[in-house]
Amino acid sequence: MATKASRAAARLMLAPAVILLLGWMLVPLTMTVIFSFKRYLPMRGGDLGWVGFENYVRFVSSSAFWPAVQSTLMIVGGVLLITVVLGVLLAILLDQPMWGQGIVRILVIAPFFVMPTVSALVWKNMFMDPVNGLFAHLWRFFGATPVSWLSEASMPSIILIVSWQWLPFATLILLTAIQSLDSEQLEAAEMDGAPPLSRFIYITLPHLARAITIVVLIQTIFLLAIFAEIFVTTQGAFGTRTLTYLIFQRVLESQNVGLGSAGGVYAIILANILALFLMRIVGKNLDR
Amino acid sequence: MARAVTTQRKIINTTFAWMVGLLIFFPIMWTILTSFKTEATAIADPPVWFFFDWTLDNYRVVQERSDYSRFLWNSIIIAGGSTFMGLLIAIPAAWSMAFVPSKRTKDILLWMLSTKMLPAVGVLYPIYLIFIRFGLLDTRIGLTVVLMFINLPIMVWMLYTYFKEIPGEILEAARMDGAGLREEILYVLTPMALPGIASTVLLNVILAWNEAFWTLNLTAAKAAPLTAFIASYSSPEGLFYAKLSAASTMAIAPILILGWFSQKQLVRGLTFGAVK
Repeated sequence: MATKASRAAARLMLAPAVILLLGWMLVPLTMTVIFSFKRYLPMRGGDLGWVGFENYVRFVSSSAFWPAVQSTLMIVGGVLLITVVLGVLLAILLDQPMWGQGIVRILVIAPFFVMPTVSALVWKNMFMDPVNGLFAHLWRFFGATPVSWLSEASMPSIILIVSWQWLPFATLILLTAIQSLDSEQLEAAEMDGAPPLSRFIYITLPHLARAITIVVLIQTIFLLAIFAEIFVTTQGAFGTRTLTYLIFQRVLESQNVGLGSAGGVYAIILANILALFLMRIVGKNLDR
Repeated sequence: MARAVTTQRKIINTTFAWMVGLLIFFPIMWTILTSFKTEATAIADPPVWFFFDWTLDNYRVVQERSDYSRFLWNSIIIAGGSTFMGLLIAIPAAWSMAFVPSKRTKDILLWMLSTKMLPAVGVLYPIYLIFIRFGLLDTRIGLTVVLMFINLPIMVWMLYTYFKEIPGEILEAARMDGAGLREEILYVLTPMALPGIASTVLLNVILAWNEAFWTLNLTAAKAAPLTAFIASYSSPEGLFYAKLSAASTMAIAPILILGWFSQKQLVRGLTFGAVK
């Protein structure tokens, strides 16, 4: 049993983490909220006083807003679709008996450990470059005209790069989940004559439902925040300006802090809604 | 009973899985290969695969011209420093919540997780201002502290789930046998907690090494780590594929190797123990 003294000591041990995180969260957050209600242009006069909700209205009604929402949704949706579908298939494949399973797994997981600036630059130059990229070589080999990927097909290109980075994560989590599936259930179904597809739909997929939910939620939180991939490829041009990138441009490039902060508050609210769902699942897990 | 697998099926599985694995790994392999080519071979059409004059020139040039080792050193300090600082704060916190839980433990854990989900761009300017105010812009210490905060929730969570698995009875048994607090910590707890701490360190070094929002926005030249170094290649002059590849290979190699050791921890750390 914990004594009174040890309980006090425990509080003391917990205190630094709680206090520091509280400060880390509250101080910048409060500043962002305050800025969002001000006309604040650091390069052109600085703090020009309170403006109420003007920034919030302007951020949403600017011509860049809806395209940014659209490209954010396209990137998040596209990457989720690709990584979850391919992730499930890959996890099933990797779970099969084979030679060199460990090595294949290492190969599949590798992209996750590549820093975002490296993967974006390697894809941009060595694969998608319209003159010297491997895709251009391949296109020419088949007699086609090389595509200037990042300007003509910017959205699919970004989705491809980001999916490549996140597929390993989805695969690894789904594989971990699949390995906890009781194989006797599958065998019983097989003996009862259930074809592979129904075994997958009625046994494997329901078993994976939780893991898929977690993959979707965690990836969504990270995907909403992708930055480096756009920063080193298109710089937000060709319809790839996401909400995150739009806010970044408002704050640091056009130095309109009030407007950018209002955007930031929108982003925080959006992330919190998603986080709520994730925490429900994680919280349930804590009780077990 | 395990299902008997026909050799034929195993051959099909193996072939297919290897093909997919190599396809996914291909961009990395191609980068590594290109790093040993001359600039002319690097853009040859049709592409040259294995049979070319292997050269280490690119590595030498990258080091000489752009002072690669300075960026590497920054990355090591920032990733290592933020992990170390994080441990100092996270170990006591996780410890206290795992062994002396209170009614609020669950709420505190979930709240910590929620701070991790704050979108960085939402607090970019405040952090920027604070950094300017305290002269932290483009300093290693500033970046180290920020990355420590970014990863602190994950550290606390991982350590908590590991500590939680240490049975309390063992501590009681040690106490019954006359172990004092010092012996208890030194000979019973530490050896049991060490694997968990090691995995936490591993995952956090990886995450800090690859972090690319704050490292790009809060550094200029002095404190820039490898993420920013590589980003400087986005507006290149002249032929540069082989050099880009060499720089990239050097930037990812250490983490790739660490990462392969830490697959399991990745699942545990990034799903906050929700998938085991």
